[in-house]
Amino acid sequence: MTDATPKLAATAARRTRSFCLPRIFRNASLLIGATITATILLLAIFAPLVATHDLMQMDMPNRFSGPSSEHILGTDNFGRDLWSRLVHGARISLSIAVIAVLASAVIGTIVGLISGYFGGWVDLLLMRITDVFLGFPPLVLVLAVVAVMGPGLVNVAVSLIIVSWTEYARVVRSTTLSLREQNYVQAARALGASWPRILFREILPNSLGPIIVLASLGLGTAIIWESALSFLGFGLPPPAPTWGWSLSYGTRFIRDEPWMSIISGAAIMITVLGFNLLGDGLRDILDPRQQTRGKG
Amino acid sequence: MTDYVIRRLLLFVPMAIGIVIVTFCLLLLIPGDPAAVLLGQDATPEGIATLREALGLNDPWYIRLGSYFANLLRGDMGYSIFQSAPVSDIILGRLGATIELAVVALLISIVFGVTLGVLAANRQGGIVDAIAMLIAQIGISMPVYWLALLLMLGFAVHLGWLPAIGREEPLISALGMALTGNVQPLLDSLAHIALPAVSLALNSAAIISRLVRTSMLEVLREDFVRTAKAKGVRRGTVIWRHALRNALLPVVSVIGLRFGALLGGAILTETIFAWPGLGQLTISAISQRDLPLIQGIVLTFALIYASVTLLVDLLYAAVDPRIRLR
Repeated sequence: MTDATPKLAATAARRTRSFCLPRIFRNASLLIGATITATILLLAIFAPLVATHDLMQMDMPNRFSGPSSEHILGTDNFGRDLWSRLVHGARISLSIAVIAVLASAVIGTIVGLISGYFGGWVDLLLMRITDVFLGFPPLVLVLAVVAVMGPGLVNVAVSLIIVSWTEYARVVRSTTLSLREQNYVQAARALGASWPRILFREILPNSLGPIIVLASLGLGTAIIWESALSFLGFGLPPPAPTWGWSLSYGTRFIRDEPWMSIISGAAIMITVLGFNLLGDGLRDILDPRQQTRGKG
Repeated sequence: MTDYVIRRLLLFVPMAIGIVIVTFCLLLLIPGDPAAVLLGQDATPEGIATLREALGLNDPWYIRLGSYFANLLRGDMGYSIFQSAPVSDIILGRLGATIELAVVALLISIVFGVTLGVLAANRQGGIVDAIAMLIAQIGISMPVYWLALLLMLGFAVHLGWLPAIGREEPLISALGMALTGNVQPLLDSLAHIALPAVSLALNSAAIISRLVRTSMLEVLREDFVRTAKAKGVRRGTVIWRHALRNALLPVVSVIGLRFGALLGGAILTETIFAWPGLGQLTISAISQRDLPLIQGIVLTFALIYASVTLLVDLLYAAVDPRIRLR
């Protein structure tokens, strides 16, 4: 039986894959989303190579210059190259978002698996706790946590984790509830598989679709929140080139020199748009139950 | 129905208790001694000891939690460290402005969202649908603070049509004055709330429009719609009167959730537009590390949110015959 399961799974995977490929190309949001996110990811990874100027190199006579051959996106209030600062800012935003999303997904998934599988008072307790965390307006909780813990990369990530894990817990709980009654799980249980084995080897692999979709959308949300924190002055302190900081500092000159704020905001929006499109596209493939019906 | 209402009301109690506990625990997240953190770098040991005593930090946590609860039940949220006034008074003075902003934004997002969603569903797969869903996708991805800046730049700085910052007479009292013939305050108030409310609303409008589209498409496939069409009811009437009424149910259920997002977003919009509400207060409390005030604000936000969610659930039960008639 244990030998047959992987084989079955492999056949199933092959079948879905061959079914999947043409759909990927019909799925415009997936394609556009993947292109945007891949580009920004590459820019962030290779930021030191892509950046044309030193981050801190000031050029006061040329402050607030528009795009030129020297500065492709122009310069900020100190005459620093905006393009170089934006690609380095992408590093900060993306690393915080990735850490926060990975950790929330892991915590939420474990809570959801346990809650859905064991049911009873364990479920009741875990879900009430989840409800309490969902009971705070998300941004309020993020701010409150950073307010007491202080700014900084780790604290920002922790605050994002505190508000984001609940979504995964709820979704994984509901998939676990339905999967737990499936024949293959019953069979594994009859064969004497331990509960961690059932949860992580049998149920988890079949819940991955919705988790991946949530994670992709979650990356966009995390970036919005991280930038909001930097915008309000509670993110990474300067000289870290965060997008939110450039956006908010630019507002001081917005009457005459709006470019700095506009371009930083555009960077945030395009990145978030990329992750949202990717998430929507992935949902059509990986999570057919949640598919926006009547789409095609 | 009664069963459902009672069960839902009972669920509110552990929820509220949980919210209070989490808010209380915020204080435990502070690295090091809260008293030392509050007093800053040049604190004397005596000063710290006095403040610890005043804040009750020397008591074990369960005593502190107990007295926190007891005080809350008496409506006492503590004393602001920097404003030397009761936290509840400070919050009450700001609450109206934030609720006004959030409610107006909610109304705008429902009107925009429903219209956009219905238009898209009505012409599924067509150019209107594509444009509407593109707008929705952009609206979802647009950070509130960036949109707020762009709107301010366009409508206040360049065009000069609307004021950039501040708040006038509260809408309710301005409305009262308008009824007695004095329309000017109402116009002023509306002009001031326009930009903050619209920038706050866009995100929710986009989410609602996608929801309405999906649920409209589902309803439009149902038999009663076909029947209505078959008996020759005009297309517009079928869409706006027959189908929309049924498609709105899922929208009602997310209104609570949206309200929570709007409350959080209000922190950003209020900061940008100098709107004198709870959001602005949050930022100043955080900058000053005024912990009792921060706790009070977080608790207030959460309790408003929880109450709105409760109200929406009850409303949903009253509207949805599947629950109402059970």
